[in-house]
Amino acid sequence: MNPYNNGEHVCSPLRFLLKGISAGDFSSQEVIDHYKSRIEKFNQKLGAFLFLNPSDSFEDGSLKGIPIGLKDNLVTKDMPTTCASKILKGYIPPYDAHVVSRLRSSGAWFPGKLNMDEFAMGSSNEYSAFSPVRNPWNLDCVPGGSSGGSAASVAAGLVPAALGSDTGGSIRQPASFCGVTGLKPTYGRVSRYGLIAFASSLDQIGTFTRTAEDAALLLSIISGHDQKDSTSANVDLPDFSAQLTGNIKGLKIGLPKEYFSTGLSDEVESAVKKAVTDLEKEGAVVEEVSLPHSKYAVAVYYLVATAEASSNLARFDGMRYGLRVEDGALIPTYEKTRGTGFGAEVKRRIMLGTYALSAGYYDAFYKKALQVRTLIQRDFISAFEKFDIIAAPTTPTTAFKLGENLSDPLTMYLQDIYTISANLAGLPAISIPCGFSKENLPIGLQMIGKPFAESEILKAADAYQRITDWHLRRPREFDE
Amino acid sequence: MSRNSYEPVIGLEVHVHLKTKTKIFCSCPNRFGDEPNTNVCPVCLALPGSLPVLNRHALELATLAALALSGNISSRMKFDRKNYFYPDLPKNYQISQFDMPLSIGGGVKLSNGRTIALTRIHMEEDAGKLLHTAENLDESEYTRVDLNRAGAPLIEIVSEPEIKTPDDAHEYLTNLKQILEYCGVSDCNMEEGSLRCDANISIRPIGETKLGVKVEVKNMNSFKAVRDALRHEIDRQIEAVNAGKKIVQETRLWDAGLGTTRSMRGKEESHDYRYFPDPDLVVFTLEKDFIESIRKKLPEMPKERSKRFELDYGLTQRDAGILTQHRDLADYFDEAVKLYSVGAKAIANWMLTELLRVIPEGESYSSKIKPKDFVELIKLIDEGTISGKIAKEIFSVMASTGKAPRDIVASQGLTQISDESSIEKICREVMTENPNPVEQFRAGKKNSIGFLVGAVMKKTSGKANPQLVNKIFGRLLNE
Repeated sequence: MNPYNNGEHVCSPLRFLLKGISAGDFSSQEVIDHYKSRIEKFNQKLGAFLFLNPSDSFEDGSLKGIPIGLKDNLVTKDMPTTCASKILKGYIPPYDAHVVSRLRSSGAWFPGKLNMDEFAMGSSNEYSAFSPVRNPWNLDCVPGGSSGGSAASVAAGLVPAALGSDTGGSIRQPASFCGVTGLKPTYGRVSRYGLIAFASSLDQIGTFTRTAEDAALLLSIISGHDQKDSTSANVDLPDFSAQLTGNIKGLKIGLPKEYFSTGLSDEVESAVKKAVTDLEKEGAVVEEVSLPHSKYAVAVYYLVATAEASSNLARFDGMRYGLRVEDGALIPTYEKTRGTGFGAEVKRRIMLGTYALSAGYYDAFYKKALQVRTLIQRDFISAFEKFDIIAAPTTPTTAFKLGENLSDPLTMYLQDIYTISANLAGLPAISIPCGFSKENLPIGLQMIGKPFAESEILKAADAYQRITDWHLRRPREFDE
Repeated sequence: MSRNSYEPVIGLEVHVHLKTKTKIFCSCPNRFGDEPNTNVCPVCLALPGSLPVLNRHALELATLAALALSGNISSRMKFDRKNYFYPDLPKNYQISQFDMPLSIGGGVKLSNGRTIALTRIHMEEDAGKLLHTAENLDESEYTRVDLNRAGAPLIEIVSEPEIKTPDDAHEYLTNLKQILEYCGVSDCNMEEGSLRCDANISIRPIGETKLGVKVEVKNMNSFKAVRDALRHEIDRQIEAVNAGKKIVQETRLWDAGLGTTRSMRGKEESHDYRYFPDPDLVVFTLEKDFIESIRKKLPEMPKERSKRFELDYGLTQRDAGILTQHRDLADYFDEAVKLYSVGAKAIANWMLTELLRVIPEGESYSSKIKPKDFVELIKLIDEGTISGKIAKEIFSVMASTGKAPRDIVASQGLTQISDESSIEKICREVMTENPNPVEQFRAGKKNSIGFLVGAVMKKTSGKANPQLVNKIFGRLLNE
């Protein structure tokens, strides 16, 4: 059984495994054992898993025991959920996140919980309180973040697919760095119930897979209206897989000129432009478009996201669960617990957000940010009057070295410059591999769609994967 | 300056628990008195990953309350987070409404003709309950937390600072409570905490239009305590000003035992709550249809109802007032009168004397004695089947057993004897047994008839129709 070299050109491991189990080529247990042995062999090198599930059991369902990795900010009733933070070390939630129970009842097996930047705050996975994750393509490089464990484990073949979350690029940026397919659905498409909140108006759960075909399959399981999440959208659920026709004739693609300017590396620029040309050859119509307020996206994001985070993370106070560092009275106990439990980046963001919401600063910072957020949303609305899809690079550069950006938070924040707008506007977006740098590091092509038009970007991504083989390449280190 | 040259300016903030089955943002029971921390779930415990979902019934009751108080319902509903750390607040923020409250304006009428205007009514969630080992958290060795109440639905009703006296404040609260009870929005029980009241109070020289420095007074657990605390606080402030001191903006706690207020925290210690829109709850539109459907549920309010009882049934203003004080009592009257309208006055009298006597306050009137049975009892009297005296006995049996009056009359043989020949027979017996009073009567001592009537009643265990007994004696004694 080799899910990655099965003779099919698109080579979707999820579909391959499902077909193989159904046909009796191999059993569910053999699939589980295969991945368990790979995890055992390679996880130490990679640092992707924070917790390994001791149980092999899974429920009856269409996924037939296929392993799905879970980012450690999705609560699981049978495994610790820590957000890679000391403040939640050893915490076992009493309930499953909506997506976890969907997957569980669909027959998924969970191999364990995947590493991440603490509370999903970071772009390199170096802010995990427990261990960094390494990039499977170059162990000296970061896998991106915050869903670094999810991206690296799929890229290295430790799981066929995984879930992550994306608040400002936390799925797409690591997918780009690790050379896998990362989908952030429309805000509201997937219930956030049981996703430990970073920034509630931006957070969205999404998928890491090898291909758009597998992303469509996984998305159809985790998406849909959920009464427990007021922001979950009660909209029609298309058959995502059925839309993958390979036919993109007449698809109108806009290239935002603001995304192809200073800061973008030449290698990334040429790979993305080449990819767009390939799509054009398949019948897509490509034109330049302007998203004039893009330049404010990072500033808006770091006000909105930190403001919400400062409030969301207030509940970690040592009173009911997680770490508690007693120090006599109440206030010192709060301070010691949070001072010890949170890492530097989390504290930085809580302080930024608290400041942005403070009396006297609210109007100048938080309120202004919300107004500019509306302008950014309007940019997309008017762009989508003419275009079906916006195509752009996912990140300005390929994966950087561990430690390279740690001393400079602002440079780290600029990692998200191309991904943040989709979160601010609530739009679906995908990152797929579209080339490699001369250092053999993956490059990602990002495609952003209209609200609830995941089918469109999945179709375009699938069409691209039918004519290219970037997504088939695998890091040598992790061959058997 | 003399006491009389100052006027107080009072505004009240009233928190009212809504009578919903479940909490405002989760499906835990909204119930008190249970084992601590049993009515809790991931949402009201603020477990990581949980999310709030607004309880529709809470919204309906809040809207009903706002309409009953003549508030203008906002068309857009938005919830905000009020951020502060305290162990009774699991999320360390309270979901409330900041700049777009459910309702703006409205008012509560006072008997002196004034209306106290409302600033706003907004919805929010309650916090849990702290059980200290000492007076307060700081002095306690430890404090236990019960989160059964965390997430209970509340409305906060804020009045304009235009209440002029502690008595007006008391009446404002009484009328407010009556309106809310009438709508079925809340039990408004201050002792049980389903209604809480904080007061803002300042004084100023009469004629001054600028407001003085206000003090917030908390920890009052009855309407009387509110009145007492306000009286005390007015005296304290006037004394302070007269002594040349400045009033400082602060929060003071009422100590009912000592009859004084004491400082809890100053303005500089007040929180910056960092309000911002809760991103977990979407802004939504309150459709006109929704508001109108709630408006249809508005009951007839106590004042109108009392007027109607006076006009339609000839009740006195006082009786109508008492009958309409609580909605269930007024409902009881309406239901009874519907069954027997000619007996309206008797029904009112019996309700005010007997029903209020046998049903303890807070218990449902109709659970003990159904209006149908109540009316039947009145009819039995009017038909002459039983005497008023017997009726009172039957009423007590009804209250303790819940049996229908006709059944009690039948089983205990209490039917009034109204058959003339039977009564005449007993009267003759009594005359034979008591020759002296008969002689006295015939000698002109007319009131000795009373003894004879009494003897008949005794013989019949009070069942003889007294009018008939009198009539028959009149005939027999004059023979």
